[in-house]
Amino acid sequence: MAGKTINLKIKVWRQAGPESKGEFETYDAKNISVDASFLEMLDVVNNQLERHDKEPVAFDHDCREGICGMCGAVVNGVAHGPQTATTLCQLHMRKFKDGDTITIEPWRAKGFPIVKDLVVDRSAFDRIIQAGGFVSVRTGQAPDAHAIPVPKKAADEAMDAAACIGCGACVAACPNASASLFTAAKITQLAKLPQGHPERKTRVIAMVQQMDKEGFGSCSKHYECEAACPKEIKVSNITNMNREYMKAMLSPDV
Amino acid sequence: MLESHIPSGPIADKWSKHKFEMKLVNPANKRKYNIIVVGTGLAGASAAASLSEMGYRVQNFCIQDSPRRAHSIAAQGGINAAKNYQNDGDSVHRLFYDTVKGGDYRSREANVHRLAEVSVNIIDQCVAQGVPFAREYGGYLANRSFGGAQVSRTFYARGQTGQQLLLGAYSALMKEVARKNVQLFTRREMLDLIVVDNRAVGIVCRNLVSGKIETHTADAVILATGGYGNVYYLSTNAMACNVTAAWRAHRRGAFFANPCYTQIHPTCIPVHGDYQSKLTLMSESLRNDGRIWVPRSKGDKRSPEEIPESDRLYYLEEKYPSFGNLVPRDVASRNAKEWCDKGHGVGATGMAVYLDFRDAIDRDGRDVIDGKYGNLFQMYERITDDDPFKLPMMMYPAVHYTMGGLWVDYNLMSNLPGLHVLGEANFSDHGANRLGASALMQGLADGYFVIPCTIGDFLAKAGPSKVKEGHAAVRAAEKEAQERIDRLVHSKGSRAVDDFHRELGKIMWDKCGMARNAAGLKEALQEIPRLRQEFWEDVNVTGSPGTFNQVLERAGRVADFLEYGELMCRDALERDESCGGHFREEHQTEDGEALRNDDKFCHVAAWEFTGETTAPVLHQEPLTYENVKLTQRSYK
Repeated sequence: MAGKTINLKIKVWRQAGPESKGEFETYDAKNISVDASFLEMLDVVNNQLERHDKEPVAFDHDCREGICGMCGAVVNGVAHGPQTATTLCQLHMRKFKDGDTITIEPWRAKGFPIVKDLVVDRSAFDRIIQAGGFVSVRTGQAPDAHAIPVPKKAADEAMDAAACIGCGACVAACPNASASLFTAAKITQLAKLPQGHPERKTRVIAMVQQMDKEGFGSCSKHYECEAACPKEIKVSNITNMNREYMKAMLSPDV
Repeated sequence: MLESHIPSGPIADKWSKHKFEMKLVNPANKRKYNIIVVGTGLAGASAAASLSEMGYRVQNFCIQDSPRRAHSIAAQGGINAAKNYQNDGDSVHRLFYDTVKGGDYRSREANVHRLAEVSVNIIDQCVAQGVPFAREYGGYLANRSFGGAQVSRTFYARGQTGQQLLLGAYSALMKEVARKNVQLFTRREMLDLIVVDNRAVGIVCRNLVSGKIETHTADAVILATGGYGNVYYLSTNAMACNVTAAWRAHRRGAFFANPCYTQIHPTCIPVHGDYQSKLTLMSESLRNDGRIWVPRSKGDKRSPEEIPESDRLYYLEEKYPSFGNLVPRDVASRNAKEWCDKGHGVGATGMAVYLDFRDAIDRDGRDVIDGKYGNLFQMYERITDDDPFKLPMMMYPAVHYTMGGLWVDYNLMSNLPGLHVLGEANFSDHGANRLGASALMQGLADGYFVIPCTIGDFLAKAGPSKVKEGHAAVRAAEKEAQERIDRLVHSKGSRAVDDFHRELGKIMWDKCGMARNAAGLKEALQEIPRLRQEFWEDVNVTGSPGTFNQVLERAGRVADFLEYGELMCRDALERDESCGGHFREEHQTEDGEALRNDDKFCHVAAWEFTGETTAPVLHQEPLTYENVKLTQRSYK
């Protein structure tokens, strides 16, 4: 199907490995369908590079449906690019104009070391969850699902927070490279639900400590994270995390 | 040779009886056993977490940067369970019956019954983990309906049920990683299975960051590595989904069962260009309220809102009044294809049908529909630039799920002792067609509730493996994997890896897709080996082996798909009947429904690898139905 196409230049960050010096390189992206996704545009460029026996641009991606959280890059200075509430894989080329030059960089944060080109190491997020982002229930221990009713409002609010895909855009967008939004979303989800209450206090303390240990900065309320979040996770989660943290720290039984 | 180990006795008692009869490993001895789990989707993560909680030592591998990204995360609509919270007549037996019927009578009764039994425990477990399922105002869980059932038994978390269930399993896994009982290996791709004296004792994998080939040994190996849908190049699967782990295990002796069974999902966003990398599914839950139609007359080019009611053909509602738009997936897909082939298709390519919410919006109001499907509507609009609140969605079937997989017995162990296979990677529960909201159920059933019981029986009987890292077979498998990598990177031909993948995908879609026939399959069986040869002669793999190299990763996967595709076509040719998703054009009823041949094909086809230049050998496991009567499926 021959739809509308555009020609672009992309200025993309190339870095061979964690210790290498990186630099921008510029490539032509020609005859790009406006119906193609941003990652499909990168596929076209990479296919050209391969044909010329050059190494293609490394970038993380998997589901290409906006749910796995694997993809992400800073496009023209904005994490996941110009469309709000949209992951890079769901950004489509109709949002760009013929003749545009697009600058593409990896997430840049101390807590996310670069692996190669646009690929970063986000294992710090796993370690924050390991610190307490769970309910300690073993398989087989659970009572009937209806044993504990959960008010619809609490369930909905928990779901709002649980929608986080762990992509790391919040960190990339934050001037302090803070992981507060990510951490707060999990704390809030589990604090809203009765199932999360027995470990509520120990959880928030452990997760916040781990977040700090990973080298992420503190939140100073720039709200860039909320603006960049593809799942529209609200900064009110951070307020909630701070409240949970204070309550836990002042609690006599922690 | 194929012993399914189905316990004797009445179907409803088999699992309880079996649990009692299996040997146990005592709690103190569990820590002496090492178990490898490959994959961290619903099946892999739930298995790794549960086995670790029991005391086994677990090594868990995933291909992505984090276990949370496995493709289970993309499941949208829901998970079935026989809770009967709606008081609408559901029961374990009804879920069992619907699943066997939905699978067009090609699944194992005993496995399906167990699945239905443990379905209720899954919901309990997930709620306890903090999975935020949708709830009603009274605080109790909500349900929705899915295809192939007349009861409402699907639990959901907005349009992100897979994500929430996976994050639940992931959180349980992280808890065990923190306890240092699960050792987590991310960005690893399994390249081979290590087999010594007919027992699976380890794996070879590639560290995708360093490029280093690693070997890991254990007392048992569990594969939870998903399906083979990406053999078609375009599918709803994530980009990294591949058949390599299963295929390499097959080459080491594990039988591959029913490889021709593929599910084509009816509601996906149609193909729009040759640069396209994947297809996007729109949840089956949309069929609760969306009505599927095409223009009544051929080639009607009017825009949909200009087509009056009398000129619209709601073909599913007309043909299947009882189930309407909620017929099973294979039936819905075939009907869409049929009307498009007849010239009634819509959109620029004529290869699409409408999924229309106009009547639902009129009936329930925009807010209600937005609340139910808002995120799906947004996703559709991002991709197509059309607003489903104003225009009907355009949909066409796409490859989505694969019912075939490595053969396993009732204990989920393959014919290779020590190798267990869970979730989509095995063949066991869905027969020739999977019902919607049953994949999540099966993945979690296998991981949380089946393998924790059955693996103990194997370990108690087989004892610890004596094979350690330095064993000659381990070194040999490592060397073979390295040689294959070297062969790929030294291949400096003229064509990109994806070109081969696209070409294979086209052969598979045209000749082994939604409809198949003997002539086409025979052609494919000529074309695929030719393409495979060309691949090894002319593929260009850029970069070096000892680095992060995504081209090399894809090259290895495509090389295996080029072998696997041939087996699929062979199986599709051999199964000279239609059943579920396997539609042989030669065998259909007057209405165009799949026509089974129970006399000749009521069996599982399990293929044995015999070598690269010799034909695989077919083994049959007869399927016996003692509780469900085999009939022509009817959804009218």
